[in-house]
Amino acid sequence: MAAEREFTAASFNAFLNEKKLMASRCAKCNAVYLPPRPLCTSCYGADMEWVELKGRGKLTAYTVIAVGPMFMNEEGYDRDHRYCSGIVQMEEGPSISARVLEVDVKHPDAIKIGTPLEVCFLSRGEGESKKTFLAFRKTG
Amino acid sequence: MGPKKKKLGRGVAIVGAGMSRFGVFKEKASRDLFVDAFLAMKASVDRGVDVNAIEALYLGNLTSDLFEGQCHLAPIMADWIGMVPKPATRFEDACASGGVAMREAIIAIASGFYDLVLVGGVEKMSNLSTAQVTDTLAAAGDILYEAPSGFTFPGFYAAIATAYMHKYGAKVEHFMSVGLKNHRNGALNPKAQYQATIEDLMTRRIAKLKEKGGPVPAWRDVWDFLKDEEANPVVAWPMRLFDCSPITDGAACLLLAAEELAGSFTDKPVHIIGTGQGSGSAMHGREDVTSLEGARAAAAEAYQMAGVTPQDIKIAEVHDCFTSAEIIASEDLGLFGRGEASRAAFEGATALTGRRPINTSGGLKSKGHPIGASGVAQAVEIWTQMREEAGKRQVKNVDLALTHNVGATGGTCVVHIYERR
Repeated sequence: MAAEREFTAASFNAFLNEKKLMASRCAKCNAVYLPPRPLCTSCYGADMEWVELKGRGKLTAYTVIAVGPMFMNEEGYDRDHRYCSGIVQMEEGPSISARVLEVDVKHPDAIKIGTPLEVCFLSRGEGESKKTFLAFRKTG
Repeated sequence: MGPKKKKLGRGVAIVGAGMSRFGVFKEKASRDLFVDAFLAMKASVDRGVDVNAIEALYLGNLTSDLFEGQCHLAPIMADWIGMVPKPATRFEDACASGGVAMREAIIAIASGFYDLVLVGGVEKMSNLSTAQVTDTLAAAGDILYEAPSGFTFPGFYAAIATAYMHKYGAKVEHFMSVGLKNHRNGALNPKAQYQATIEDLMTRRIAKLKEKGGPVPAWRDVWDFLKDEEANPVVAWPMRLFDCSPITDGAACLLLAAEELAGSFTDKPVHIIGTGQGSGSAMHGREDVTSLEGARAAAAEAYQMAGVTPQDIKIAEVHDCFTSAEIIASEDLGLFGRGEASRAAFEGATALTGRRPINTSGGLKSKGHPIGASGVAQAVEIWTQMREEAGKRQVKNVDLALTHNVGATGGTCVVHIYERR
């Protein structure tokens, strides 16, 4: 099923809607890519396969944003309602940008780099207009 | 086959340089700012220049498309200064657009194709609201895989800051000290957006509050002011307002000539002896976000071409779109060791009077950051310093200098090295 999908952002986002964090893996050299890519930039092979990640990782960089993009403002975030964005390194190796939930945005200096995280999925809308944002929260 | 050692086919020199005033100018469009910069450049050419002798225009601009609803900007700039029908081409590499336009012009002259080229950079940003500018700049990141996480540009450089603080134990005050220093320099630059130090701005704010009769905050010093959420609000923690470059309208121009012809324009040319460019992946694709791979590659290429080392550089204009960016730039360029630039900046090593002055112009932070013009304006400052025309911000004996121009979070990095002979 998964093998039929192209290695595109459209496929990645469709998987997110199904609550799956999917990477691509080079069939030749086993390099894992998140975000998924159609071309292996380690061995330049183009024979990729989908692999579902376990969804566990750790925080490697973060910020708590007070002035966000318009789509976040529309979600209700502003100077008085801040949110955390970060970079999460997955257990399988690659890293990805994502929202980081359930951290104390009022005390950003207390958020710790290295914090173990697990994936969660923020879905908005229904049917054709459904869009799922990648997010993580503390493990456990 | 090992890496090819690159060199310029023939020497290239700056024989004229100028910029518009940087700031917010509601009444001026790109072309008006560009004419201002062109006239300033023209006035700087000691023996004068005939516009008809200029063979091409290389223009840096991020997105007049989104800022002004105007694409195809280069021929309009060429027309407004009377260069038509000479070739005019726009270069877009986010905030490195100006640096890339300059590098491509250098390569064209070094190859022997052109002898005399105008390099320009321009951005008119203030037509849009701050929220619209935030979204426009975010388009320079990875729109598919970074934008959905809610990252903004201040957010990216804030994440770089948290990773750097974690790795090296740096403090928020270290970043703030970069803003303090760049505002001090900018206050001495008549072309800068802010003609004021942060201390000046604090004093003005106190005076204004007293005038209104309201309570005056109990700031003991400028550090209290900088940590006050009202006076210096968080944009993306730990980056606050005074850690971020502003929204700016402005333009800058350079006249580049083949070295053998430089003498017909001036006795005091500024020689370009090294150029380097590199690229980088999205931030999440990097092993370590506290350094830009593209900047290291660009610096290595430029140093090798110039035959100099970081220790030889007297002053540098680096891409301080955010204060954390100046810290990691100083390290990527080898001006300071890994993890050392934050403390060095805090201790004054990069001030005008320090051992390694950085951003004598005020940098992007205080001089202003009209995106496509910034890379070109950095070279204008080096020209001004090398010709001893920098007035109160003049650094003595600047015979070797460097500029470092970054697009987005390091997707494009350009380094140039300059010599006064």
